[in-house]
Amino acid sequence: MEDIEKPFETKELTISMGPQHPATHGVLRLVLNLQGENVIKCTPYVGYLHRGVEKLGENKTYFAALPLTDRLDYISSMNNNVGYVVAVEKLFGIEAPERAKYIRTILAEMGRLSSHIVWLGTHVLDIGATTPFLHAMVAREKILDLFEMICGARLTVSFPRVGGIRNDISQEFLDQLYAFILDFPAKMDDYETLVTENRIWKERTVDIGVISLEEAVNWGLTGGTLRGSGSDYDVRKYFPYDAYDKVDFDVPVGKNGDCYDRYLVRVGEMRQSIRIIRQCIENLPAGPVMADAPKFTLPPKDMVLKDMEHLIHQFILITKGPTVPEGEIYVGSEVPKGELGFYFVSDGTGKPYRMRVRAPSFVHASALTRLCEGGLIADVIANIGTIDIVLGECDR
Amino acid sequence: MEPLQIAEKLRERFPDEVLDVREFRGQVSVTVRKGKIVEIGRFLHDEPDLYFDYLVDLCGVDYLGKKDKRFEVVYHLFSIKHRHALRLKAEVPETDTRIDSVMPIWTGVNWHERECYDMFGIVFAGHPDLRRVLLPEDWEGYPLRKDYPVKGPAQEWSGFLDVLDRSKKYRQFDWQG
Repeated sequence: MEDIEKPFETKELTISMGPQHPATHGVLRLVLNLQGENVIKCTPYVGYLHRGVEKLGENKTYFAALPLTDRLDYISSMNNNVGYVVAVEKLFGIEAPERAKYIRTILAEMGRLSSHIVWLGTHVLDIGATTPFLHAMVAREKILDLFEMICGARLTVSFPRVGGIRNDISQEFLDQLYAFILDFPAKMDDYETLVTENRIWKERTVDIGVISLEEAVNWGLTGGTLRGSGSDYDVRKYFPYDAYDKVDFDVPVGKNGDCYDRYLVRVGEMRQSIRIIRQCIENLPAGPVMADAPKFTLPPKDMVLKDMEHLIHQFILITKGPTVPEGEIYVGSEVPKGELGFYFVSDGTGKPYRMRVRAPSFVHASALTRLCEGGLIADVIANIGTIDIVLGECDR
Repeated sequence: MEPLQIAEKLRERFPDEVLDVREFRGQVSVTVRKGKIVEIGRFLHDEPDLYFDYLVDLCGVDYLGKKDKRFEVVYHLFSIKHRHALRLKAEVPETDTRIDSVMPIWTGVNWHERECYDMFGIVFAGHPDLRRVLLPEDWEGYPLRKDYPVKGPAQEWSGFLDVLDRSKKYRQFDWQG
């Protein structure tokens, strides 16, 4: 009886969460200092997937570094490819033809859809709902099938090229994609019925991981994570690349900066992606898919096998790389996770003197400290899900 | 504001600090001395018609044998309100690789500075937690320096040797006891 009446004491406890933990979306390790169930301090440790992409990029020609970008954010490799080629094109001073721009926009939005589907499924799964995850994976499968149809790969696509895309897409692909996007909003409604007004979901996410607008900008957050706090910063609107200035779409913006608003923003983004894809398919112009810039783009393969001039071009571009103007350039692009930036320092040779990858997940993972402190240990899981990190991109 | 105007404004305010202004493909980079980097950052952040509230990126560049001062720390700044961007570059000589941290101004620069330290060995004075971020803490050398071999160091990392040792030991392990 005496034991029960004694005040219950807690002492500070340090636990290591990860790197093998299913809710950390990869090999992220968090060291949590706990007082009972409250998180006093959260220290993230990253780097388990570090492969030295930046160092490798410095030793490869601009064309050869493209497949490395697939392995950054492996859930939406198409967006990384597009971001990379847009940056390199700006450095070279060339422009892709209209048709290629529209197709790249379609593909980037498909990548965004597939990434957001995975995010939705896993985020909801972490918090305890299994059903949306199973539904979401079915839709993602369809998008991956479509990727397979155009380039033979499902995840690491490497389909866009500097100056355009690898090959033109077929009418069959467009028909299937169109059928998919007509069908998809109904599926979105299904997911939202399961999640949006779900009481358990709202209790786990509303007012969890709140970050104000000023603080979110100061932390360097981008993408849906920033827009949940009320900013409309979207690279697609601020610095339009590809065909984004020719399509009509809205940028969903949250208000409170909590997990629930970030969820609403991303779900809104998925609906906008469908709008963009639909407009691009309907207005898809005819024409070539590679820029006419023989000094900077690889010649068509059938010509290489037939014609001496093209063979020489191919040989020089592959071995030495193109002759690039000296200078430095930073180009950002909107990937599902946030702003992916490439910074190139060119010294006039065919290889970048310095290639820097500004990865959104890297910044978001650092902000976990801010989001988790003062919350409960169960909210750590919600916070990891809501910032939508991929460790391949974080560690590079 | 046009980026070149911003550069001019910066030159007016800090005439001794700004060394060079360059434009390439519409992007302007301003090279500055490293000494007053925090004051420059504070000016760019606080001045109402500049208001660079968002630090996009920070990284290092190694100009081994190309420039007198070996390293450069590159800050990419953007103002979401005014929609203008600027690239700020601070020269860091090899003999003194210290530069002040801009974390008091932009909190998000935390891990970027740690990564720059990790990869180039540039020390950010005033950073509250300057440890390696991507590489193990006992790693030797700074991989993104130009004189670091692409194939990695001659000597394997001690942690990897440990793993090799252990795997050798466990290969002898007898499940039957």
